[in-house]
Amino acid sequence: MRSIGLFIDGLMQYNFLQTALITSILVGIMSGIIGSFIILRGMSLMGDAISHAVLPGVAVAYMLGINILLGASLFGILAALLIGLVTLKSKLKNDTAIGIVFSAFFALGFILISLAESATNLHHILFGNVLAVSDNDLITTAIVLAIVLIFVVVFYKELLITSFDNTFAQAYGLKTQLMHYALMLVLTLVTVTALQTVGIILIVAMLITPAATAYLLTNRLSHMMIVAAIFSVVSSVIGLYMSYTFNWASGPAIVLTAAVFFSLAFLFSPKQGIIFKKKIN
Amino acid sequence: MIKVRNMTVAYSGQPIFTNLSIAFEPGKITGIIGPNGAGKSTMIKGILGLIHKQSGDVTLHSKPVAKQLKNVAYVEQRAALDLTFPINVFDTVLTGTYPNLGLFKIPSEKDKSAARQALADVNLSEFSQRQIGELSGGQLQRVFVARAIVQEADVIILDEPFVGIDMKSEAEIMSILKRWQMAGKTIIVVHHDLNKVTKYFDDLVIINRGIVAAGKTADVFTKENITTAFSGDLSTILFSDKEPEHA
Ligand SMILES: Nc1ncnc2c1ncn2[C@@H]1O[C@H](COP(=O)(O)OP(=O)(O)OP(=O)(O)O)[C@@H](O)[C@H]1O
Ligand SMILES: [Mg+2]
Repeated sequence: MRSIGLFIDGLMQYNFLQTALITSILVGIMSGIIGSFIILRGMSLMGDAISHAVLPGVAVAYMLGINILLGASLFGILAALLIGLVTLKSKLKNDTAIGIVFSAFFALGFILISLAESATNLHHILFGNVLAVSDNDLITTAIVLAIVLIFVVVFYKELLITSFDNTFAQAYGLKTQLMHYALMLVLTLVTVTALQTVGIILIVAMLITPAATAYLLTNRLSHMMIVAAIFSVVSSVIGLYMSYTFNWASGPAIVLTAAVFFSLAFLFSPKQGIIFKKKIN
Repeated sequence: MIKVRNMTVAYSGQPIFTNLSIAFEPGKITGIIGPNGAGKSTMIKGILGLIHKQSGDVTLHSKPVAKQLKNVAYVEQRAALDLTFPINVFDTVLTGTYPNLGLFKIPSEKDKSAARQALADVNLSEFSQRQIGELSGGQLQRVFVARAIVQEADVIILDEPFVGIDMKSEAEIMSILKRWQMAGKTIIVVHHDLNKVTKYFDDLVIINRGIVAAGKTADVFTKENITTAFSGDLSTILFSDKEPEHA
């Protein structure tokens, strides 16, 4: 347990570690909250797709020196629209449309990033390097968290009903498509911030693993979002500690921690855990 | 009054009905009958704008219905909602207040007591805290009726509300419909049990890929019309007595 002491010492001493810790916590909160809607709407694949599809946006932002959020949002929304278009205008199923669009975007992003290699580090974009987060990035992250919280508070009813019973929402005249794309836009923003802590490849895990863990343990949407955010934050902090101590990439460390929590809930959840169910049967 | 004018709906080019026109009057319970695949649900979805119409317009109180959808409560034939969603029976019924709440607004104490009352009306008070996925089919159907109650709409459209519901609950839901009728609401019920038609409905619309007949139930529910819409065998069985009421 000496390493925990070292981690805490490090936190006291190093500004970069403090920034990393705060970023991890903020990203944890937002991904737990938005992730809850992603899994309830059966959009895990879409979450994965959007997170991959922002890569060209990141590259373009680096190249042109514009804000990374702007570049990424543009490509994230473009991908969501294209997926919607292909699904609507062809007989293909949604998952096929998602697969085509996101792999193409990712491939494009990969090539663009290689062209801009000098300015940035592909490995860090793909797998996250929370220890290299700048103060500026931290401010961006805080702004995105504020947007996420406002979005969810203002549209709580609308998010709930479109996730739960979309036909009912449509039948009373709610603009359900608009809601979908608004959520996709917010998801894109979350993706770009989560990119710093876990990297593009593993963002989907931050979105769905803590939310899925919470899903097994709660039976109200509001509780699920809170519990998901807590699991997400705890996983992020533990992951950061391991990343610092063992010099692992932060993304895999955080994601593995989240997966351990999920496994525990999967086995022991009083409501749906498989061990508990066995006992009853 | 709901007025449908020249409505045409087609699925991938195949029209289900063309230029259908019909009106539903307030203070009446109107039944819609017709064989499976006749286009009953399609007509309702067309009215609500849930599917694309090739032509036609629908008005409520002489204004486009599309702008007043929160004033129309709708219970689907087979609800496509997510039964694994983390929500209980009470909160599901409470979503019936959403159409009338603006942005930022959350259900008030008054909305909550309306939801409690609606649950009592459909005899589900004891299930209030139950997860939505842990109900029987009939109980679930009653939850949707309760949700329609709290919406307090002028128009209520129920697509086969009695499927899988026991006779006692059916009678209770019918008495709720009668109460609405007294209050001057427009009630539209798609129904498949032809034995109840004369007992339940003031007006009747018989459909088979278009309107076969529409008007007062006593005028419309005839051997000829049933033969046209369904089959001769069926109308022979139904109208074997002299009086259709005793069929
Ligand atoms: N989404 C769809 N795509 C293509 N065809 C459809 C679709 N929905 C319904 N149909 C077809 O349209 C016709 C009318 O269907 P509809 O659901 O309106 O019938 P219905 O009168 O409600 O029947 P039921 O008594 O079985 O509920 C049927 O032949 C059906 O196969
Ligand atoms: Mg039907």
